[in-house]
Amino acid sequence: MKFGIVTFPGSNGDFDAYRAVVDGIGEEATFLWHKDHDLQQSDVVILPGGFAYGDYLRPGAIARFSPIMREVVAFANRGGPVIAICNGFQVACEAGLLPGALLRNESLKFVSELVSLRVESTDTLFSNRYELGQVLRIPIAHGDGRYTADEQTVDRLEGEGRVVFRYVGGPGDADEWWSPNGATRAIAGIVNDAGNVLGMMPHPERAFDPLLGSSDGLGIFESVLARVTA
Amino acid sequence: MSRYRIAVHITPRRGILDPQGRTVADALHTLGFAAVRDVHVGRHVVVELDAGDPHEAERSTREMCDRLLANPVTEDFEIATVEAA
Repeated sequence: MKFGIVTFPGSNGDFDAYRAVVDGIGEEATFLWHKDHDLQQSDVVILPGGFAYGDYLRPGAIARFSPIMREVVAFANRGGPVIAICNGFQVACEAGLLPGALLRNESLKFVSELVSLRVESTDTLFSNRYELGQVLRIPIAHGDGRYTADEQTVDRLEGEGRVVFRYVGGPGDADEWWSPNGATRAIAGIVNDAGNVLGMMPHPERAFDPLLGSSDGLGIFESVLARVTA
Repeated sequence: MSRYRIAVHITPRRGILDPQGRTVADALHTLGFAAVRDVHVGRHVVVELDAGDPHEAERSTREMCDRLLANPVTEDFEIATVEAA
């Protein structure tokens, strides 16, 4: 299976994603330059982390107009799987692939640490290899990760099982929701209406080997691999 | 065609947490501006463009706000001034 990883000017998670695919699950990966119009027959597209276009205007606001994004949106609308990580999540929201927006962290501080995520839904293309309620250790690294959407949208996401990951394990109760960035209802990752686009602020591609401190992120790549090749 | 300079104010939507505004408000209180009730920090964008008349210039700028300059989920915008450039 082939993963296409988009490189925008300012992306910095593209090589991590490449290593996670090639070394983590032993599949093929290729880079897709933002000015290209061709997804090179990718089976899955990854929008990686970073600071595309320097986050000018708002994170993701300019990147969504990159030529490659027209192809990515068409691919997603045809049901193609898209994994949007960190800055990629911001780009996907700006492009209308996912509802809501990512705003400045409530603390106004950039947060870079290993956090605990609870798997809230296993009936998705991206989380079927996890157990419901399983707690994953995955790093975050962002300044604009406060997931925000209107109440109605968030209720709908929860009702339809589209909140895939939630931050837990704050200073108090280990099971308690806890948001390192002020995200609405501690939401860390969601899927779109059709279930083929995942957006998440944490970096699963930086947690694919115990050497990195955790291999809990591997399950996302294995989940999509299991479904797409099935 | 004439050239116009249009200033746009983009602010966080009311009701959405604005930690930057809150932090600035706290700092103003520390400086002794006790009367400050609320602060919102947004963006000020100045667009220069060619248009047939000021209305066309404003209409066009509104479309830019809807499509790019402001995020419809979290921000509000207003056209502050339209002047000949």
